[in-house]
Amino acid sequence: MVERPNWAPGDIDLERPSVARVYDYWLGGAHNFAADRAVAEKTLETMPEIRGVVLNHRAFLRRAVRHLLGQGVRQFLDLGSGIPTVGNVHEIAQAADPGARVVYVDIDPVAVAHSRSLLGGNDQVSVLQADVRDWRRVLGSAEVGEQLDFDEPVGVLMIALLHFVSDEEDPRGVIAGYRDRLAPGSFLALSHAGYDESDVESTASVEARKIYDRGVTRMTFRNRAEFTRLFDGFELVEPGVARVPAWRPESVDDVEEAGRSFPGFAAVGRKA
Amino acid sequence: MTERVDDRVSDDRSPADPAVLAGAESFARSWATAVIGSSYVPMTRAEVARHLQNLTELLVEALFASPFRTAPGYEIGSRLVDAHFTGTDTLGRTIQLLGDDLLAELGVAGDERLRSRLAALQGALSAGYARALRERTLAEQEAIRAAVLDARDQAEAMLRASEARFRAMFTEAAIGIGIADIDGRILDVNQALQDMLGFSVEEMRQYNVRDLMHPEDAGSVWRLYDQLIAGECDHYRAEKRFHRADGEQVWTHLTLSLVRDDHGEPQYQVAMIEDVTDRHLLQNRLRYQALHDPLTGLPNRALFLERLARVFNNRAKHVRAGLCYLDLDGFKVINDSLGHDTGDQLLVEVGRRLDHSVSGQGKLVARMGGDEFVILVEGSSGEQDIVDVADRVLTELEAPIRIAGHELSISASIGIVERQLSGTTSADLMRDADITLYWAKADGKARWALYDPERNAREVARFTLSATMPRALERGEFYVEYQPLVRLADSKVTGVEALVRWQHPEFGRLAPDRFIELAEETGLIVPLGRWVLRKACEEARRWLVEFGDAAPFVSVNLAVRQSRDPELVRDVKRILDECALPPHHLQLELTESAIMGTADEPLEALRALCDMGVRIAIDDFGTGYSNLAYLKHLPVHELKIAGSFMEGLRAENEEDPVDSQIVATLVQLAHALSLGVTAEGVETPAQAARLLRLGCDTGQGWFFARPGPPENVDSLLRGDL
Repeated sequence: MVERPNWAPGDIDLERPSVARVYDYWLGGAHNFAADRAVAEKTLETMPEIRGVVLNHRAFLRRAVRHLLGQGVRQFLDLGSGIPTVGNVHEIAQAADPGARVVYVDIDPVAVAHSRSLLGGNDQVSVLQADVRDWRRVLGSAEVGEQLDFDEPVGVLMIALLHFVSDEEDPRGVIAGYRDRLAPGSFLALSHAGYDESDVESTASVEARKIYDRGVTRMTFRNRAEFTRLFDGFELVEPGVARVPAWRPESVDDVEEAGRSFPGFAAVGRKA
Repeated sequence: MTERVDDRVSDDRSPADPAVLAGAESFARSWATAVIGSSYVPMTRAEVARHLQNLTELLVEALFASPFRTAPGYEIGSRLVDAHFTGTDTLGRTIQLLGDDLLAELGVAGDERLRSRLAALQGALSAGYARALRERTLAEQEAIRAAVLDARDQAEAMLRASEARFRAMFTEAAIGIGIADIDGRILDVNQALQDMLGFSVEEMRQYNVRDLMHPEDAGSVWRLYDQLIAGECDHYRAEKRFHRADGEQVWTHLTLSLVRDDHGEPQYQVAMIEDVTDRHLLQNRLRYQALHDPLTGLPNRALFLERLARVFNNRAKHVRAGLCYLDLDGFKVINDSLGHDTGDQLLVEVGRRLDHSVSGQGKLVARMGGDEFVILVEGSSGEQDIVDVADRVLTELEAPIRIAGHELSISASIGIVERQLSGTTSADLMRDADITLYWAKADGKARWALYDPERNAREVARFTLSATMPRALERGEFYVEYQPLVRLADSKVTGVEALVRWQHPEFGRLAPDRFIELAEETGLIVPLGRWVLRKACEEARRWLVEFGDAAPFVSVNLAVRQSRDPELVRDVKRILDECALPPHHLQLELTESAIMGTADEPLEALRALCDMGVRIAIDDFGTGYSNLAYLKHLPVHELKIAGSFMEGLRAENEEDPVDSQIVATLVQLAHALSLGVTAEGVETPAQAARLLRLGCDTGQGWFFARPGPPENVDSLLRGDL
């Protein structure tokens, strides 16, 4: 899609699994098709804990948004937002402040169309179909321009996203593109698949990744150090980089259940 | 979903019982633990617990309610789904937990009636959950399918919009665009291309790309076309001409691109064609202007040199070429007297006549600048070809030219060079033509001259001499020899003629005839003559000191230019003074033409010298044209009869009566004017004897002595010889 000009619509091929719809299935949704379910189920067979993993990323989104709301942030840019299921950013944000504004961005035209139909009438929320790596286009879009005021803090969310951006595609450059547009006091919330250097990845997990890589899209795992470097130009808020469930958990049980070796990191950074 | 009413309610327990409440709370916690993680709910663990606590309370109430109803169970199932407890394990775990733990937690495990009520509620909960999940699933499937349709609609709308944009781009583009299939069948052309070539799209569709071949197309255009069609290259650019429908030509920049199908096979060809006719014509005009003379319209120097260079580049063995280098005679006078406008019109007419008289393949007339023209003849067969051209040109220029009421007669001088090209260069050719033109001028103008390598060699040598002469004078390469002048009556040396010589480091000893004329041309004769005069005077002074009354005077030649030098009198006086030489010990020799042809000023100089006491002699008398009437008024003391008259007096036994009579007459004439007479070129005793008999005063020549160093004169004076 990156090579395709913006005005050229991608094929909408229901035979090809989509990241957004596979996630939806794992999260218990029915916004998916046979091809999506087949891959999701196949992954589950080798790695049953995947459901818990995506659920934890989704839970981090909720916690992060609530934290940013507590810091006074009322504008959100949700990059790679996927299929809106329940507990979407605008629901959380507008429950706290009906004036909160959200722009969802996703590359999947079906996810975008669904988001739009779900959001009909909510004119403080926009949905943009774009490749989030193309930050110039995202930041220059009418949707972002109309909805977000970059003189005020903005919460940029990249939940379970950047492991789909390889090093060659320069994820730090992408982040820098967004960062340089943000006002001081803005935040970046990231969650990302990965292991610590000391972790031993299970053969089941390796197998599951292969299925995913082949069936849906390639993933790039990043270790704690690599993950931390993504926050160039941001100051990490407490507790810094943590395993996804351990980032400001809402109860002790959450952390215990997820265990110490959860395959992914989360953090929130504040632009000084 | 049926509601069963049962009036037998236990009265030892109620939902408000603290033990029941505690049991419900405990159950809710277990429930939360069992279902958390089975699906995503947007709630914290505590919120989940509270939510399930509410549902548990509802359930407990229903369990003890009177009358007993299953509807709350149905509602609980439905509310689980609403909260997104939609994971596949949620219902199973819930039903199992209800059956296993609830009654025990509430402390009523043994109550059969409650057990049966619970079973009914489990059933209702399952039914409510299933129905809600089914509805939710259907709704979500509906929503996602609708989203797909929306996305497709939008994609198609964008596709249509982009297609419309492309169509507009194709239609409206200012550049000509054409699309053809791989066999060259033209499929579509845009308006710009139709306008450019003057064919409608329907007409164009009748054509194959190859029909658009133009005879002037570079070979590479179609070679690259074949490569492109074969898929060997993806695009190329070329300059190409097209025929328009109206027969005119269009110059274009063509970019042809290959479009491949999904498998990489050549599918279409797309041509982008830009009309550059105006630019092309402008370039041609600029080139024409750069290479032509704006006044006459003839090729200019640049074009001529370009053509000449090409002739030399393309030369084969034995190929010849010739040049006429032409310059108008006296053009400057016309220009200065009648104005530049007239001069320009004259040049235009000359150019026209040249162009008219010289035409045909391999001939080029160019204006080199000013009033210089050149005619290049390629492939000449010999000198005569070029001479013919030059004759024709000179004839053509003979007819007077009428300009602004003036009838102008003009002539031209032409230098001709014709030769085989191998072994020469264009620069040689030009230079030789230029030299030859100069000869034609020098030889009297209104003529042509043919290049002559020997004459050129001589001139080169002359040039070399004249160029080295000033330094030669500084370096002392000149020296003076003296030839005695002998009184015929008693063979006594009365004078000596000073004769300058040049010991040239390269050419050896040079006589005056090799360099005096050159020195006259360059003006060096003045300092050289002054040097000779001083040298001779110094020598004369020495003789005077040494031999007293027997000392000879020195006779020094005065060149024409020297005689007209305003400093002459002062120079002579200063030298005489500096050498302390009495003026009558100096004689100056001038030629007839130097004396006769002069205006008043030099004559006055001669009178001043004469008055000073310096002797004046006329050299080579009889070979020029003397005004005899005038002669008597001239300040002259001596006539020197030219050596050529001595030929007839040479032989011992016979003499030429004419020469003899001439010499006798000249002697009588001189004496009648009270002038002395010296005969030059006396080489035999017979000549000396005859001259004496004829009354000649003095003799000079080999018979008496050859020119030599001053010491030879010393010896003669001492009577050593």
